[in-house]
Amino acid sequence: MAATLPPPRLLPSGDSAVTVEFSRTIDDAANERVLALDKALAASPIEGISETIPTYRSLLVHYDPGKIGFDALGEKLLALATQPLPPTTKARRWRIPVAYGGEHGIDLEDVAKALSTTPDDIVARHAGGDYRVAMIGFTPGWSYLSGLDKSLHMSRRQSPRLFTPAGTISIGGIQAGIQCLAAPSGWHLLGRTPVRTYQLHRNPTFLTEPGDRVTFFAIDHKTFEELDRAAEAGEIIAERVDA
Amino acid sequence: MSRLIVTSIGPASSVQDGGRLGAQRYGLTVSGAMDRLTLAAANTLVGNEPFAAAVEIGPFGATFTARDGAVRVAISGAPRNADIAGKPVAMDSSVTLKDGETLTLGFARGGAFTYLAIEGAIKGEEVFGSLAVNARAGLGSPYPRPLQAGDEFAVDAASGAPELRIELPKPATGPIRVVLGPQDDEFDDANKALFLGSEWKISATSDRMGYRLEGPAIKHLHGHNIVSDGTVNGSIQVPGNGSPIALMMDRGTSGGYPKIATVITADVGRLAQTSAGTAFRFKAVTMAEAQDEARRFQQLIRTLPDRLRSSDTVELNIEALSDANVAGYAVSAMDAGTWQVAAEP
Repeated sequence: MAATLPPPRLLPSGDSAVTVEFSRTIDDAANERVLALDKALAASPIEGISETIPTYRSLLVHYDPGKIGFDALGEKLLALATQPLPPTTKARRWRIPVAYGGEHGIDLEDVAKALSTTPDDIVARHAGGDYRVAMIGFTPGWSYLSGLDKSLHMSRRQSPRLFTPAGTISIGGIQAGIQCLAAPSGWHLLGRTPVRTYQLHRNPTFLTEPGDRVTFFAIDHKTFEELDRAAEAGEIIAERVDA
Repeated sequence: MSRLIVTSIGPASSVQDGGRLGAQRYGLTVSGAMDRLTLAAANTLVGNEPFAAAVEIGPFGATFTARDGAVRVAISGAPRNADIAGKPVAMDSSVTLKDGETLTLGFARGGAFTYLAIEGAIKGEEVFGSLAVNARAGLGSPYPRPLQAGDEFAVDAASGAPELRIELPKPATGPIRVVLGPQDDEFDDANKALFLGSEWKISATSDRMGYRLEGPAIKHLHGHNIVSDGTVNGSIQVPGNGSPIALMMDRGTSGGYPKIATVITADVGRLAQTSAGTAFRFKAVTMAEAQDEARRFQQLIRTLPDRLRSSDTVELNIEALSDANVAGYAVSAMDAGTWQVAAEP
């Protein structure tokens, strides 16, 4: 409900960046505002802005104080941030294959036990979700998804793992994620996708964009190996199914 | 083409430049030189663009040998002893290594990072406009990892241009200046005062990703979890244990701890060059002051070529000599008459 959002705030992030904050909590309405402001700035750039970083509930704007000062930029950003939302454009939609459980999803059984159900049921609930890429961060291509089924919300692991493999599909708190590179993580690992959300020397280098919609479908481990080889060779194996 | 061989090098040394901009929205770390000013100074000395790729040398020593021709290089940054076959090479100056000659750099005497720029710059395959090494993401060229003995660079043959030195302004010594925010409202006045009023030391466990600060524990008002948002170079985040971390060039693009303050652009390099264990303080400045300083810093980098001098004409700079403490035997470092050899009776 956009009406419940407080007015956006300008938070100074040093002398060369400013954070435009729409909410203090994870909130799809705030995220829509973030992405709308990001799009508005891409469509009509403000002289001096070098880079924008959309996150769940705020847009970080990097700028050159040699070209525009904090006050002048802040005024322009707030004016754009409070404009009515443009009609929603059709989002891109990706179908992402996932090999659930076993060596690829070592926490699937534990998650099922913790939620007093079966691994198949967890897979059905996770793959049945309709997700949105809320932000990308932490490491290249790490896509944070909103839209996780409420019955799958569970706190993160007590002690984070120092290594989780590339392609990990995991859940943590109220979030779901597609991880691209091997990284430390405190999330619960449900499976692995052969899809590379980031791959150098591929066009495009980055597959997902904030605002994209995502659904998952289960594949067996043999199919994983085949798709993984194709992906390694540079093929985009995620299915794009814009409705 | 000549070659420059890394014949020995310590840890925390890598190829760095102005960093990888434009893809932070995809989680791509910026990286780049920890001390942009002295990277730019070294590059300016050999006629390169200020943020061209150069070798960032960590606190330990290193040696570089020219092969297949002469190589012209320059050094700036954390001061250290440097020589070619026993003949001293001054910091903030260029020098040409003849084929087979070796430049030997000692440990950093204060500070951490020294930049070795090579005439014509380091060549490699750019990713998002940068050769900067980001070992975690496997990025960087020609080596996507810290440098090791035996690595080599294919470089331009030395031009034979006259050697230069550069007169940098005396480094500031006051507190590291910050602008409060973006999440200073996650801390009460007492804890903000504690942050600004305390002495801090950089922990030995710091790296290019972040400098851990040792001092009093800073308490949050509402706990240490915030919804992840964007970070910048110099963001000072406060995790659950209350020990602040200043995020540096290999920072993650987003983070979920409250950020109490942000180091001003003009002082990020100075913080980077603060040795582990050295006590320092922070000082809050207004946005207007911080942006004035950022513009002055930009101006300084733009006008570095105006600060070049011929290496032959050594104008005695009393302030610099006094700072460098090279006039140790003089009666008074401030009285040129006690040591200036050129003074006529």
